[in-house]
Amino acid sequence: MGPIEPGNVKLKKINMLTTVPHHPSPLEVGDTVTVTVKFPIGHYRTPTYIRGKQGIISRNLGLYINPEKEAFGKNAGDKLWYYMVSFLQKDIWEDYKGLDTDVLEIEIFENWLEPVKTTNNE
Amino acid sequence: MNNDQNHPHKHDHPHDHTPIVNEEKPGYYEILEISIRELMIEKGLIKPDDVRKQIELLDSRSPVLGQKLVVRAWLDPEFRKRLLTNGVAAAEEMGITIYDDTAFTVLEDTIDTHHMIVCTLCSCYPRAVLGLPPDWYKSKQYRSRAVKEPRAVLAEFGTIVSDDIQIVINDSTANQRYMVLPLRPAGTENFTEEQLEALVTRDTMIGVTIPHLN
Repeated sequence: MGPIEPGNVKLKKINMLTTVPHHPSPLEVGDTVTVTVKFPIGHYRTPTYIRGKQGIISRNLGLYINPEKEAFGKNAGDKLWYYMVSFLQKDIWEDYKGLDTDVLEIEIFENWLEPVKTTNNE
Repeated sequence: MNNDQNHPHKHDHPHDHTPIVNEEKPGYYEILEISIRELMIEKGLIKPDDVRKQIELLDSRSPVLGQKLVVRAWLDPEFRKRLLTNGVAAAEEMGITIYDDTAFTVLEDTIDTHHMIVCTLCSCYPRAVLGLPPDWYKSKQYRSRAVKEPRAVLAEFGTIVSDDIQIVINDSTANQRYMVLPLRPAGTENFTEEQLEALVTRDTMIGVTIPHLN
């Protein structure tokens, strides 16, 4: 290995800036969440039937362009964390006819999810 | 000479036929589409040929591609793992490009779990591997009922799911595109690839029916 050249140091700094996430995922697989109840005007990818319901993060799908801004041409690098969330059907529909274990999975962006503190009685 | 021009005649057209006239006025969305397309071409964002090329690409996709993925997954356990872990990479390995920057997730049916896909907001569909969605998939009836009463909807498709099988509905809302990897039916151990592919219809990959022997 030769001596560290100023150029190399600069390169490394640039590399760090682009790979270190400035915006770590606020939620993890297994977290209990509630879908925010709000009725904004615009282009939203969160159906009304799922708002206010409680589910569990089943997959972290990564960062995706925010469709709420993209719909209006404002997509310059603005990405949000995006999750697959599992809900029990009986928790969504009061009169659900099926198994108690039947599931609905849906993808939801982080700005529609609120963490639920689960009480630990151990 | 007979003046009736609508009867079959053999002579070499010394008279005019009724001209073909387009009397239908374009609708609101047709005008909107033409305006936006012409503006984008004028501004140099797309070329006139791009729209045609994209339509050609969409039309080149059909459930035949999904069939190939499913049958390979049935026959090759290592491919099955790759398909379930990273659908985009596994499809590309088979020469199927996921051309629209969506994530492609394959949902695995098991002996006690059955999957079914829907897009309640619009018509998100794994077009890269199944082609264009059927009309019923885009209907409000299917979109609203699949999430709320999947067992009743499945029964209407002739699929009776017994009470010891869990149903998982996947509602595709933005970037994910789902395809169901159904169970390989019993009694197909000696089937050729072609025979297996014939069992994997479009609807089995949407999850409203399951592959079965006639």
